[in-house]
Amino acid sequence: MAPVQVRGEVLSIRRVGDYHALTLVAPGIAEHARPGHFVALAVGGEDTSMLLRRAFSIYRVQERGVYGGTVEIVFAVHGRGTAWLARCRPHDPVDVVGPLGRPFALPREAVTATLVGGGYGAAPLFSLAEQLRRRDCRVDFVLGAATESRLFGALEAKRMSTQVAITTEDGSLGERGRVTDVLPAMMARSGAEVVYACGPMGMLRAVTEIATAYGAHSQCAVEESMACGVGVCMSCVLPVVGDDGRTRMVRSCVEGPVFNGERVRWDAIGTVPPDTVGAPDDAAGGGHRP
Amino acid sequence: MTRMRITDGRPGSTPLPDLDMSTSLAGAELPSPVLTASGCAAAGRELDQFFDVTEIGAVVTKSIMLRPRAGRPTPRMAETPSGMLNSIGLQGPGIDAFLERDLAWLRRRGARAVVSIAGGTVDEYTKLAQRLRHVDGVTAVEVNISCPNVEDRGQVFACDRNAAATVVAAVRRATAPGVPVLAKLSPDVTDIVSIAESVVDAGADGLSMINTLLGMVVDTDTMRPALAGVTGGLSGPAIRPVAVRAVWQVHAALPEVPILGMGGIRTGLDALEFVLAGASAVSVGTVVFHDPAAPLRVAHELQRALGERGFGRFADAVGYAHRPLPPVAEPAAPDHQEAPVEEEA
Ligand SMILES: Cc1cc2nc3c(=O)[nH]c(=O)nc-3n(C[C@H](O)[C@H](O)[C@H](O)COP(=O)(O)OP(=O)(O)OC[C@H]3O[C@@H](n4cnc5c(N)ncnc54)[C@H](O)[C@@H]3O)c2cc1C
Ligand SMILES: Cc1cc2nc3c(=O)[nH]c(=O)nc-3n(C[C@H](O)[C@H](O)[C@H](O)COP(=O)(O)O)c2cc1C
Ligand code: FES
Repeated sequence: MAPVQVRGEVLSIRRVGDYHALTLVAPGIAEHARPGHFVALAVGGEDTSMLLRRAFSIYRVQERGVYGGTVEIVFAVHGRGTAWLARCRPHDPVDVVGPLGRPFALPREAVTATLVGGGYGAAPLFSLAEQLRRRDCRVDFVLGAATESRLFGALEAKRMSTQVAITTEDGSLGERGRVTDVLPAMMARSGAEVVYACGPMGMLRAVTEIATAYGAHSQCAVEESMACGVGVCMSCVLPVVGDDGRTRMVRSCVEGPVFNGERVRWDAIGTVPPDTVGAPDDAAGGGHRP
Repeated sequence: MTRMRITDGRPGSTPLPDLDMSTSLAGAELPSPVLTASGCAAAGRELDQFFDVTEIGAVVTKSIMLRPRAGRPTPRMAETPSGMLNSIGLQGPGIDAFLERDLAWLRRRGARAVVSIAGGTVDEYTKLAQRLRHVDGVTAVEVNISCPNVEDRGQVFACDRNAAATVVAAVRRATAPGVPVLAKLSPDVTDIVSIAESVVDAGADGLSMINTLLGMVVDTDTMRPALAGVTGGLSGPAIRPVAVRAVWQVHAALPEVPILGMGGIRTGLDALEFVLAGASAVSVGTVVFHDPAAPLRVAHELQRALGERGFGRFADAVGYAHRPLPPVAEPAAPDHQEAPVEEEA
């Protein structure tokens, strides 16, 4: 379904630990949103000097209601744009483009799934869990963060799953450590066939390795820096192996953000591997300007 | 599909003034003077979700090379005040896939296509032009000469009169006679007029200006360059005055040469600046990343702005700012017959 651009409006904004949960009235987006889709928000108001949109996973949507469709995101203040969003108040206008990207692939049959979220990366996993449970899948959660205030959705995860494992790097909640410390045992207990993950690149790489070692399929939502979010600028690429076995620099905003983890060349992110289609074959070939 | 457009405060329902917006760009007849910019619209397909790409002047496609190209490592972009820096490195599928997929789509869709080409040698540019010669649906060829010449220690073609002229002459020779060739100029030169003269002498039918300015951002957290490619091209509203200046200077020196103006156009009034300075058409680039419907919105805003200033035809506004100050207000701009403002002492 094609994305739309709508002039949205803030319905509510609240603090959730270190994060902000922002609900926008954005008609036309909720109806077509699938778990793993994202929205791109214009920040800074009408004459903003921040030209590039900010991308956020969709946490949840409401198709109808008094206000028409709503979209909720969960975000951390990172730089100027997210600081501006955090200052938004009800009724403020926010221009929204979405739903964008390729969502999580859902299994055709009932499978056993483990959902792994790092920090705000947990946000898109709850609507996914709902969909999976509707398909009679067993759903377990592993949520991790640096510290308790950066864990998102621990209670919600408990409600929606068979088992939940929590990790924090400082041990403030759950086990001290990282999601990947507890993931193998979790998968072994449940016999997980699919792992869905969203979080920092390093986590996704480690999760894919564990999933692959267990013979499980992996679906990872990546976070690459994006200028347009709609597929026209080529800034959000990463090396991904295609069906033909060849590596290409692939746009994560339209062919992702969800990828089959085994297809992503995690170790080569930030480079153009020499065997990539169209990689420079000599030093001179690589020196072009934009 | 719901399409809501931001209209810089104007209600979207206001009818557009009745105005002839068609333009002739170096012989290419366009129904609208607003186009996309190379590298900011891919080949039109993605933006067609946000506005009807057949309604704008033309889609200017991402510079295409002979062979597939992977481009630069990431990070490839950094936001800057009212702009951005990019070092994409001309990632693209190569001319064969482009013709088969992208140009074919534009043709099926009924959109006009200005095809941008890029190469590392004169021979590559020539071969690209030859490939385009035998396909339908090429409204114009734009030659991106802001590429390093691999045969001359990576010197950028656009920064050298002779190298720029050699490429443009070769492309002009290889291109079908009825298809205009636009040379795209870089602002990173001491004297843009002399480069413009040189490529026009070499056969360019028109000029696209400006390409990005070379820039750099240092990330103060990592304390390293923000882009993997270290330097990148600066674009967006931040560069607009540089672009308007370049268009003004070249139009003053070569008033007969059609110009496709670009650099930071965000609104219809921004576009009008370029037109008054001498552009026969404009491209909207980086601002598309902010507002994916920008090209059509800018076209509508420009039409309103021209109407408000009393113009009956878009063509009458081209280069208007170069006219000597009239002793009394000219009939062409009846809305602005104010008494001359006294200059500040
Ligand atoms: C598909 C996707 C989903 C995301 N989901 C969420 C989410 O649910 N919650 C959340 O808090 N954050 C999310 N992010 C990251 C979020 O987009 C950035 O934190 C945000 O853009 C930073 O903007 P800023 O103005 O605060 O920071 P600045 O550093 O000032 O941003 C400058 C520029 O860099 C880009 N940028 C900077 N950091 C990132 C980053 N980590 N990822 C992508 N672009 C970046 C911005 O878009 C902007 O163009 C997601 C990113 C992507 C790509
Ligand atoms: C991400 C990006 C990619 C670009 N790629 C190309 C390109 O392939 N060929 C080209 O001639 N210009 C390219 N440009 C330059 C634009 O076409 C335009 O000349 C420049 O950005 C100034 O216009 P703007 O400020 O409206 O973007 C690119 C610009 C950007 C931002
Ligand atoms: S962000 Fe522009 S192509 Fe993906």
